[in-house]
Amino acid sequence: MKKSFRGLMLLAGVLVLLPLVLPNAYYYDVAIRVALNACVAIGLNLLIGYTGQISLGHAGFLGIGAYGSAILTGRFDWPPIAALLAAALATGALALLVARPILKLKGHYLAMATLGLGIILSIVIVNETAWTGGPDGMPVGGFGLSGWQIAGERAWYGVAAVLLMLVTVLALNLIDSPAGRALQAIHGSEVASRVSGVDTTAFKVRVFVLSAVLASVTGSLSAHYVGFLTPGVAGFFHSIELVTMVVVGGMASVFGSILGTAILTMLPQLLSAFEGWETLAFGVILMLTMIFLPRGLVPSLRLKLGRGKK
Amino acid sequence: MLSQFLQFLLSGVTVGATYALAAIGFTLIYNASGVINFAQGEFMALGGMAAVFLANAGVPLPLAIVLAVTVATAVGMLVEKLAIEPAGRAEVVTLIIITIGASLTIRGFMQVFLGKGSHALPPFSGEAPIAILGATLLPQSLWVIGVTGAVVLMLSWFFGRTLTGKAMLATSYNKLAAQLVGINTRFILLLSFGLAAALGAVGGILIAPVTYTSYDVGVMLGLKGFVAATLGGLGSGAGAVAGGLVLGVAEAMTAGYISSAYKDATPFVLILLILFFLPQGLFGKKATDRV
Repeated sequence: MKKSFRGLMLLAGVLVLLPLVLPNAYYYDVAIRVALNACVAIGLNLLIGYTGQISLGHAGFLGIGAYGSAILTGRFDWPPIAALLAAALATGALALLVARPILKLKGHYLAMATLGLGIILSIVIVNETAWTGGPDGMPVGGFGLSGWQIAGERAWYGVAAVLLMLVTVLALNLIDSPAGRALQAIHGSEVASRVSGVDTTAFKVRVFVLSAVLASVTGSLSAHYVGFLTPGVAGFFHSIELVTMVVVGGMASVFGSILGTAILTMLPQLLSAFEGWETLAFGVILMLTMIFLPRGLVPSLRLKLGRGKK
Repeated sequence: MLSQFLQFLLSGVTVGATYALAAIGFTLIYNASGVINFAQGEFMALGGMAAVFLANAGVPLPLAIVLAVTVATAVGMLVEKLAIEPAGRAEVVTLIIITIGASLTIRGFMQVFLGKGSHALPPFSGEAPIAILGATLLPQSLWVIGVTGAVVLMLSWFFGRTLTGKAMLATSYNKLAAQLVGINTRFILLLSFGLAAALGAVGGILIAPVTYTSYDVGVMLGLKGFVAATLGGLGSGAGAVAGGLVLGVAEAMTAGYISSAYKDATPFVLILLILFFLPQGLFGKKATDRV
């Protein structure tokens, strides 16, 4: 617990001090995106890194949140917070519905099923043009709460930072709780944990639903923040990107997910200088990272720095 | 009515044959390494794009095709040598991310050097449609189905009758035991990547005159190949072929009778339903866990 407490302090420090060094709106924008994406990545890491259940379709859940919010506020004049909650509820219900049959699967079959689910959701979003604007996308209004509107980079940064802090604390607490240990036991050996009395199905379903709802809520907020939605947010690539954030940062490391998200969110921005070569460069960097740091950044670094300490 | 059904069936089998080739590629690499190679679709796109590029540069079509397959095979082996082998005994998720990195690299490479536009390869033997019971069949479809059939026959000969093929099968059953009887499993892995890339490229080239090709066609082709391989039960060669054909026909029927907009969703709906009821795919063997 102590180690993660130090990490929390460090994260809080960085989040508080960051506004002092961010020079302009562009950097705020990057920071906000990192913070929001990190919330999804942490949720996904609970599922992939801690419980050992891969999902290649989480962008689909994020898409439900984003489009749910956009449609309910834009076409039905719902207040944004109600839309966010309704979308999160719908995502949770869907996740709950599919969790049992999907999480019965293992390994590549699980990867296939989650990938399929994500792609179906994204195809629905592309095709239902009347509701979603199809490939052209749709605009989304701002996010307000009873007269108070989140406006400007600084306000959004505050919201994103608080949310990230909340999600991090929640995740760290969960991991240290009996439920968290049950999840990690499932990763170790599902049969062994079932033998020792862990209701593995129930735990897998819960963590799946939790990570899906987290993705949905973040999706809603991102949609309001960016102000415009295209089907890409729910697409296969976004799902892959989210998994990559988790794996590059480090499986079963909450802070790793934040670092991984920061790197993968900033990398395309840096690479955009190499016009046309971004995809190539991104692919090469991804391969090199995984070859030389197969456990991901944070666990690999911790292993190097902390050798002999434990 | 019947002629319409036949038409959908024929176009489904044509596309399904390409999915089958992709699925065999997935199966080969999965059997040799336990990894799902997300760059499989890129091998297909690379084959098609390279053939188009060479044909446009004035190389005669047959030679362009041979060269394109060679290029893709070399790239496949390069991916194994430069990316999979150095990663050594990393976790499967890590290896999957590496293959995703490889697919992005190949796609980025095509984008930079072969351009973003979509291209068509000229059909191998004219465009005069053949009429069968009221349905029409493009000569290219015969090429697709014929070559795929030939490839499947060759592979079954390779795995059933040659020492290298049997060594590959042995490696897929038990890697350690294969090593113990003197099989160079590292070479088998390299061979699997080369073979998978070659098959992918053949599929990509065959279908290029029918559906156009561009630097990013590999994404959907690859994913559908993965679905086909899973549908048949990962690791089963016959399952991969059957999975590909079932998928192609199901997709064509959806496009014809239900909605062409949701054609691309068919494979994924199908695989979800099948996995819900048969968690090991259609022909997969039942796995037992050792604790």
